[in-house]
Amino acid sequence: MLANILQEFASPLTKEQVDKIQAAVGDLSLEQVNWLSGYLAGISAGAGAQTLQAATNSDVQTLSAQKPSLSVESTTILYASQTGNARALAEELYEQLKPQGSHIRLADMADYNARQLKNEQQVFVIVSTHGEGEPPDDALPLHEFLFGKKAPDLSHVKFAVLALGDSSYEFFCKTGQDFDERFSELGAQRLFERVDCDVDYRSQAKAWSGQVVEQVSSAAATASASEETKPQLSVVETVSRYSKFTPFSAELLVSQPLTGRGSSKTTAHVEISLEDSGLSYAPGDSLGVWPENHSSLVEQVLAVVGLNGEQEVTVEEQTKRLKEALVVDYELTQISPALVQFVAEKSGDGSLQAIVQERSELNAFIKNHQVIELLQKYPLSWSVEELLGQLRRITPRLYSIASSQEAVDDEVHLTVGLVDDVRDEQHYYGAASRFLVEAEEDQKVRVFVEKNKHFKLPDNGDTDIIMIGAGTGIAPYRGFMQQRESVDTQGRNWLFFGNPHFQTDFLYQLEWQQWLKSGLLSRIDLAFSRDQAHKVYVQHKIKEQGQELFQWLEQGAHLYICGDKDNMAKAVESSLLDVISEYSGKDSAYAEDYLQQLRQSARYQKDVY
Amino acid sequence: MSDTKTFSLTKEQVQSLNPVEGIKDKSQHLRGSIAQSLANPVTGAVAADDTQLIKFHGIYQQDDRDLRNERRKQKLEPAYSFMLRARVPGGICSPAQWLAMDRIANEFGNDTLRLTTRQAFQLHGIIKNNLRPTMQSMKQVMLDSIAACGDVNRNVMCNPNPVESKVHKEVYDWAARISEHLLPKTQAYYEIWLNGDKVDTNQEKEPIYSKHYLPRKFKTVVAIPPYNDVDVFAHDLGFIAIIQNGRLAGFNVTVGGGMGMSHGDTETYPRAADVIGFCFPQQVLAVAEQVVKIQRDFGNREVRKQARFKYTIATRGIDWFKQELNDRLGWKLLPNQPYEFISNSDRYGWIKGYDGRWNLNLYIENGRIADHPDWPLMSGLREVAKIHDGDFRITPNQNLIIAGISEQNKAQVEALVEQYRLNTGEEVSNIRRHGMACVSLPTCTLAMAESERYMPTFLDKMESLLQQHGLESQPITIRMTGCPNGCARPYLAEIGLVGKGPGKYNLFLGAGHHGERLGVVYRDNIGEQEILRVLDQLFAQYVAQRESDEKFGDFIVRKGIVSPTATPQDFHFELQHQAAV
Repeated sequence: MLANILQEFASPLTKEQVDKIQAAVGDLSLEQVNWLSGYLAGISAGAGAQTLQAATNSDVQTLSAQKPSLSVESTTILYASQTGNARALAEELYEQLKPQGSHIRLADMADYNARQLKNEQQVFVIVSTHGEGEPPDDALPLHEFLFGKKAPDLSHVKFAVLALGDSSYEFFCKTGQDFDERFSELGAQRLFERVDCDVDYRSQAKAWSGQVVEQVSSAAATASASEETKPQLSVVETVSRYSKFTPFSAELLVSQPLTGRGSSKTTAHVEISLEDSGLSYAPGDSLGVWPENHSSLVEQVLAVVGLNGEQEVTVEEQTKRLKEALVVDYELTQISPALVQFVAEKSGDGSLQAIVQERSELNAFIKNHQVIELLQKYPLSWSVEELLGQLRRITPRLYSIASSQEAVDDEVHLTVGLVDDVRDEQHYYGAASRFLVEAEEDQKVRVFVEKNKHFKLPDNGDTDIIMIGAGTGIAPYRGFMQQRESVDTQGRNWLFFGNPHFQTDFLYQLEWQQWLKSGLLSRIDLAFSRDQAHKVYVQHKIKEQGQELFQWLEQGAHLYICGDKDNMAKAVESSLLDVISEYSGKDSAYAEDYLQQLRQSARYQKDVY
Repeated sequence: MSDTKTFSLTKEQVQSLNPVEGIKDKSQHLRGSIAQSLANPVTGAVAADDTQLIKFHGIYQQDDRDLRNERRKQKLEPAYSFMLRARVPGGICSPAQWLAMDRIANEFGNDTLRLTTRQAFQLHGIIKNNLRPTMQSMKQVMLDSIAACGDVNRNVMCNPNPVESKVHKEVYDWAARISEHLLPKTQAYYEIWLNGDKVDTNQEKEPIYSKHYLPRKFKTVVAIPPYNDVDVFAHDLGFIAIIQNGRLAGFNVTVGGGMGMSHGDTETYPRAADVIGFCFPQQVLAVAEQVVKIQRDFGNREVRKQARFKYTIATRGIDWFKQELNDRLGWKLLPNQPYEFISNSDRYGWIKGYDGRWNLNLYIENGRIADHPDWPLMSGLREVAKIHDGDFRITPNQNLIIAGISEQNKAQVEALVEQYRLNTGEEVSNIRRHGMACVSLPTCTLAMAESERYMPTFLDKMESLLQQHGLESQPITIRMTGCPNGCARPYLAEIGLVGKGPGKYNLFLGAGHHGERLGVVYRDNIGEQEILRVLDQLFAQYVAQRESDEKFGDFIVRKGIVSPTATPQDFHFELQHQAAV
């Protein structure tokens, strides 16, 4: 494509030059081409004496050597996201910087050629941490590269890091810290201190982005003012006017239990209208939902802290009643470590202070308590300022979308599992799941679409897919099936699904039966763990069907896992490795590699939580 | 037996018959795809054709109809489960068998046992995966469900009362022998449910039934006068024991009875059996076999609603039938012997038998054995079973006799009866003692109106109504069903209520008190208020105008409130209405 353009319109180039360009850029990603265009613009705007020959023929060192002669510092926003927050921030920042010119680039670490790093001039890293301090999948290659033997000299690079995390985990913002420290160790110059954001990252992130904008602008101001800005290929998808912080106030159409009477859990099917929002999604994407705390929970909180809910408070420059702010703006379910610490200090409670001192105990405490329990257990007199100062801001929850727009037009469907922890005969519900499960028809729900390009149907509808999920992990597969049904595909579809009981917990049973009957669903294997004396899970079914499953993989099937991260996904992966090893007749290292290959060629995708 | 007739249908013939005939035809002696259906993990149901075949194995597919709509919205299939009917010839089971059924009900069923109007156990709410374990557990105590349903001869009933004489035991033995003799010979049951070895189905023979079995279900009973608790006239084939000088002389044979009908289908109707002659005990199996074979050969296989034996007889005439039977037997039945029935209800409470052992006839409301919060019936019977040295007898009125209690065990049983508040029927009102209701909603797929769940509260109202008229000591039989198929034999009750729609019943009156005459439909599609209003008026009339000892049903007929015509218009209100116009 690029080469054709060169041939047709770039008459100043010789055939030989075109061939060389083709050879050099033919296998570059859009991202890389984008970068290169900035680079060429820089050459053109700068010394001008450089020949194209020099640029295209040179190896990386040559390119690097040209850097100092550039008049405007190239700026790359490098991000890696697990749930989409880092990406959203990076895109936002990119939108802010874009008017400054073509030297501003946005890159997902997953698509970024690590060896380019040493050629960068300014790098702004936005990265999240997940699990126990692990980098997001997308950041893994770059992370490994930086900490590996081939780590480059970054002494020409300036950088800053915004780290996202969740302070209820022990290794809070670990990945951001890793990048920050490593960049520095490799000689890069820190432009400003790293900022570690908790789940309510909004204001801190805003401040950090402000610093970046200031830095880039001042750098630009010191550069030659005569420079033209050129239009360039945009790598950002069209952004709907509704996004995370400007969510669409959607109408809820249906909230309907999916689990039958007598089920040990409540799972609901939720349908929401996206009509007139301009929001669109693809199967595999997620819907972000801003929850509202239940009024009874707000009443409980107000009662225990002894504050009047009618008093006015100001949140984000808006004045409202305290009880309204607690419904909409503050996190009243999940506890932050800071809140525990505050309560521990203010109450002077020795045992709580001991808990705060010991990270693992603190984590356990956070996991097993909600805000209201902490407040009730350690009664304090709270001022409004103290309360609002200590409570985290509420954050949206992401749900894997359970529909395809090919089938449901401007609706979006979710499969919501009610978080319902019972302690001392009291129920403690998840904020968003309760909000959605109890929502009534016509109620407004603030939503946005979170793209997930790492959980997508194969482009080719004739490719087989194997869908493995447990519980609400079935959601995206319903979307997949709707999509494949609507666009008339030939690929075979195989579902592995697990839940406690057949009678009550076979989510979307009638639909799966129908798809099986129509032939769209080729195979289904079900694991109802508690229907027999010994527990049977999806990982057991995978082993049971190992031979057939391996054949499907050998024939090019794509593999998906969705659902619980800690138990299901790990056990399934281990079963997969066993199956691959057994039916390939090779050892476990081979199986690891096999799965790794699948992962790299986007044939093995996970949406786990 | 001289008869060597066999029965077969060609492919072309089968195609012209009702669809169930086709299913039987290709079922390979009732196997169908039951095994595959059991293995299908996606549904709790069996394949459509298999729903017909499993009946022959004693199982009905049902679903909780209360939940149907709710589950549809939950995108779940109906809450399928299965009703399993155990074959209990004569309703007699041992304490070990009782304990096994109790355990099975609590492990695999819905924690209740249902005693049926045909002296069988019913287990409800068994999910598909538990069917095999259920059958296997039953097998351990020598119980099965073969032919408890389906187009074959079903459980053979017999008067269970053990008190009279040792002749009763002899009669019961004949009932058990008839049951065994008419069992299908296919090994499908063992193969599918009990992990039996696979047999070559081409070699398998059904000498009595043939591969198409009967056109429709077939019910056989044995009555011992003066008690007609089995309702001998309500069944396809009956034997009335003739006891002379303390010895079993033989049996009067009855044929062509049946309860079922369909609302609005005037070609369908209940029919009381004809008494066609007498045979000696040794001839019973031959008679039973030939009657079954005649129905096999002449029953209507085109229209399933006309397939019962009663229609074969009604269509061809009783004389034709007698001739056909005599021809096939190679000998003639002797003339009917005299007999007298006095009741089709149970005798409650303690009765000492001829053998010096004790029998306790318990009142079991609607035949349902369950633990109620204030009334642990199921637990009580379990405790009795643990110490009992006799047997248990399910009565045709859905009650239970703890039978053959030894003198030394009596006190212990009495103590348990008191401890668990088991109902000996003595405190129960007359109307309740003479009442019966079928299972109906929520499990029965045929149900149109409530029955078992509604009967108790309806009887509360009947009790006060009867009290107002001073009729509380008058025995009146009352039976309710949720549909017109007649499981509780409502057409043989002096007051019969047959469900037509939610809360609506057809009211039948005029039946004989001991089951000798069918009732006639008196009111169509009425609710509780109207039923009670109508009965209020009739009771007033009855009290004022009855002759001494005149039964309510007889009074209704004598006064011409209903006039049995022995035609379909007795049962179809619309026919009466047309006649009146």
